[in-house]
Amino acid sequence: MSKKPVEKKEPDTTGHEWDGIQEFNNPLPRWWVWVFYATIVWGIGYVIWYPAWPLINGATPGLGGYSTRAEVAEDIQKFKDMNAELDAQLASVDLTALEPGSDLSNYAIQSGRATFANFCSQCHGSGADGSIGYPSLIDNDWLWGGDIENIALTIRHGIRSEDDDDTRWSEMPAFGDDFLEEEEIANVVAYVMSLSDMSAANGDAAAGAEVYADNCSSCHADNGTGDREQGAPNLADALWLFGDSEEQITAIVSEGPFGVMPAWSVKLSDSQINAVAAYVHGLGGGE
Amino acid sequence: MWDYLKLVVFGLVAVFAAYAASQARDVAYLVHAILVMLIGGGMFVYSLRRIGEPKAEKTGYLDAPIRIGVALTAFWGAVGFLVGTFIAFQLAFPSLNFGWAEGYLNFGRVRPLHTSAVIFAFGGTALITSSFYVVQRTSGARLWNDGLAWFVFWGYQIVIVLAATGYLLGSTQSKEYAEPEWYTDLWMTIVWVGYLLLFLGTLMKRKEPHIYVANWFYLSFIVTIAMLHVANNLSIPVSIFGSKSVQVFSGVQDAMVQWWYGHNAVGFLLTAGFLGMMYYFVPKQAERPVFSYKLSIIHFWALIFLYIWAGPHHLHYTALPDWASTLGMVFSVVLWMPSWGGMINGLMTLSGAWDKLRTDPIIRMMVISIGFYGMSTFEGPMMSIRAVNSLSHYTDWTIGHVHSGALGWNGMITFGMLYFLTPKLWGRARLYSNTLVSWHFWLATIGIVLYAASMWVTGIMEGLMWREVDAQGFLVNSFADTVAAKFPMYVVRGMGGVLFLSGALIMCYNLWMTVKRSPAAEAGTDAQAAPAE
Repeated sequence: MSKKPVEKKEPDTTGHEWDGIQEFNNPLPRWWVWVFYATIVWGIGYVIWYPAWPLINGATPGLGGYSTRAEVAEDIQKFKDMNAELDAQLASVDLTALEPGSDLSNYAIQSGRATFANFCSQCHGSGADGSIGYPSLIDNDWLWGGDIENIALTIRHGIRSEDDDDTRWSEMPAFGDDFLEEEEIANVVAYVMSLSDMSAANGDAAAGAEVYADNCSSCHADNGTGDREQGAPNLADALWLFGDSEEQITAIVSEGPFGVMPAWSVKLSDSQINAVAAYVHGLGGGE
Repeated sequence: MWDYLKLVVFGLVAVFAAYAASQARDVAYLVHAILVMLIGGGMFVYSLRRIGEPKAEKTGYLDAPIRIGVALTAFWGAVGFLVGTFIAFQLAFPSLNFGWAEGYLNFGRVRPLHTSAVIFAFGGTALITSSFYVVQRTSGARLWNDGLAWFVFWGYQIVIVLAATGYLLGSTQSKEYAEPEWYTDLWMTIVWVGYLLLFLGTLMKRKEPHIYVANWFYLSFIVTIAMLHVANNLSIPVSIFGSKSVQVFSGVQDAMVQWWYGHNAVGFLLTAGFLGMMYYFVPKQAERPVFSYKLSIIHFWALIFLYIWAGPHHLHYTALPDWASTLGMVFSVVLWMPSWGGMINGLMTLSGAWDKLRTDPIIRMMVISIGFYGMSTFEGPMMSIRAVNSLSHYTDWTIGHVHSGALGWNGMITFGMLYFLTPKLWGRARLYSNTLVSWHFWLATIGIVLYAASMWVTGIMEGLMWREVDAQGFLVNSFADTVAAKFPMYVVRGMGGVLFLSGALIMCYNLWMTVKRSPAAEAGTDAQAAPAE
C-alpha cells in the first residue's frame, strides 16, 4: 500500500512495517491511563472491604463484614418478624370463621396469591382458570368440594398423591380394557354428551343410557351430576375437564383419567396452605 | 513413505469407525461413527488415487484454504443467523416447536445449534481463515506446512459438523458452549494443537524482525482456547462405543470451571481473536498507521492478564463463595479500560481518514463494529457489579448484551473482513456492489438496535417483576406472568433477527457476484500474492 501524502504534521512511527501497516508512536491517552488507575485503586479498596482473598480455610471476611447469604437472610427475617403474629394465627385459624376484610383475611389472601403464583399456577394457570386436565378454580364446578375446608384439605393432602396416606383417592376404570365394547363406549359417550345438550356424531344416546346406568351411575349419579365424595365430576354441566370433543370424551372413557395433584403439606407450611385455601376460595367459585 | 503412512492411517480410521458404528450404543454415536467412516474411507480413496503424483511447487502464500474459509464463514454465518431467528420466534410463538419434529427441532435442541453455529462455526472459521491470511502477510512468509494447514482447516470443519449433528440427535454434556461430547472434544484438541504448531511455525520463519500486534492477539487466543478447552472438557466416557461421558468436576467446582471456560471463550475467542482481526483489517482498509504502539502493548497484556479471572461474575448469588464472586467482579471492572484500549486504537487509527466513512461502506462497518465493541465492553463490567447483577442475572438483558457484542462487534468486523478479502483472494479489482454493502450495513445495524433495545426492555422489566414484593413481603408476580409480559418484545427481537439475517444474505450474494462478475484486478497488485522478500 502506498502511503497517502500528509498535509499536517503527523507523529513519528515506530519504524516497523508489516504488509504496509505502520504504527504511530503516540503516547497512551491520559484519560485512559487515569481511569485505568482509578479502577485499580477502587478494586484494591473493594477487596479490602468485601470478602475476597482465599486462605487455607475460608477467605478474608473483608472489613465490611458483608455476606450475600446474610443479606438475604436479613431481608427474609425482616418480613418474618413483621408478619409473625398474623402468620401464627393463620396456621391454626378456623377457616370458616375467617372474617372477610379483617387483617388476618387480607394477610391470608396476599400470602395465598403469592404462594399460588409460585407453586400452583404452573398447572392451574396464572388466572387459576385451568386447562385441559387441570381444573379451573374460578367456576362453581368442584370435583372434591368447594367450601374452604375442603379446598384446604385437597391442598394439604393432594389428589392421588403417593406421598400422603390421607390423600383423596378414587380411580375411574379404563372402560376400553375389556369392560365395554367399542360400540357401547360410543353409545355412552353420546348419552353423556346429551346430558349437556350436545350431540355426538357416532353412537346412540338412547342405547347409551342403559350402558350408563349399568356402569357409570354408581359414581357419577343417576342424573350425571357426579359425587364429590368420590371426586366424580358432574357430567351434566357442560364443563369438561379433559376436553369437550367426542374424541376427547371417548378417550377418557376408554383409557380412564388419573389426574394427580401433589400433597402440598410436604412443601408448604400450615399457614401457607390455609392462605392458598383462602385465596382460591375467594376467586369466585368458593362455597 | 509419508503417502503410504497416510493411507494406512485413513484405512485404519475407516475400519475402526465401521466397527464402532456396529457397536454404537446411541443414535448420535452411530451417526458420527458412520460419518467418520465415510470421511476416513473417502480420504483413503482420494489419497490412493493421488499416490505418486508429482507435488505442486509451493510458491507464494497458501491462499486456497483461505478462499474456502471465506466462503464457509459466510455460509456458517447465514446458517447461524437463520437458526437464531427461528429460535427467537420459537420463544415468541411456542407452537413453532413442531410436534412432528419433537426431539430434533424443539428449542432445547436447536438453541445450542445456534450458539455453536455463530460462535464456533461462523466466528471460529472467520478466525482461522483470517489468521491464516494475516499471519502470512504480516510475517512475509508462507504458512509453515501446507499439509498441516489443510488438516487444521478441514479438521475444524469436522468438529463443527460433529457438534451440530450431535446437538440435534441429543448428544450433549450439558455445558453451555462446551456441549460436544468426549470424542468431539478429543478431536478438537488434536486439531487445536496442530493450529498452534502451524501458527508458531509460521511466526518462526517470518521475514519481518518483529511480530505484528494482530499476531499477539491471535496467538493468545489459540493458546488460551487450548487450555480452556482441555480443562472444561475433562470427562470420563461411559463407554468408548457411546457418546455419554461423566464430568470429572461436580457441583460448584464444575460450575466455576464451566464459567471460567465460558467467560474466556468470550474473552479470548470473541474478544482477543477478533481484536487480532481488527488490528490488521482496520489499518489496511483505512490505509492509515495504527494509532499507538504503546497502547497496543499495554492493553494487550492488561487484557489477557485480567480477562482470565473474570469468570466468577457469571455465578453471583449462587453456591459460589462470596470471595470468588468478589474477585470475579473486581477483575471484570478493572478490565474495562484494557478492553477500551482496543477500541481507542481502532477508532483513532481512522483519525485523518474520517472522510472515508462517507465513501467507504466497509470502513463504516468496521467503525460501527468497534463502536459496539466499546459499548459491550462497558456494559459487561457494569453487569458484573453485584448490585447490577442481582437485577440483570438470568434475564434477557444478558442475552441482549451478548448479542450487541456478537452481532455488533464480531459480526460486523467479520463482514468487513469478508468484504476486504473476497476481491483480494479472487483477484478482483473491487466488490461487485458497494450499494449492497450499504444495504447490508443498515439492515444489520437496525437489526442489532431492535435486538438490543428489546432485550434491555424485557430484561429490566423481568428483573423488576421477579424481585417485586408487596408491603408484606410476598412476591407479586408468578414466573408465567413475566413470560406473558415479554411477548411483544420477543416479536421485536425476532424482527431484528430477520433484518440481520437479510443483511447477511445480501452479503453472500454480493460476495458471490464479486467472484463471478467483478472485473479482474490489474497484475502486480496485492491479488498476485507473493511473500515479501
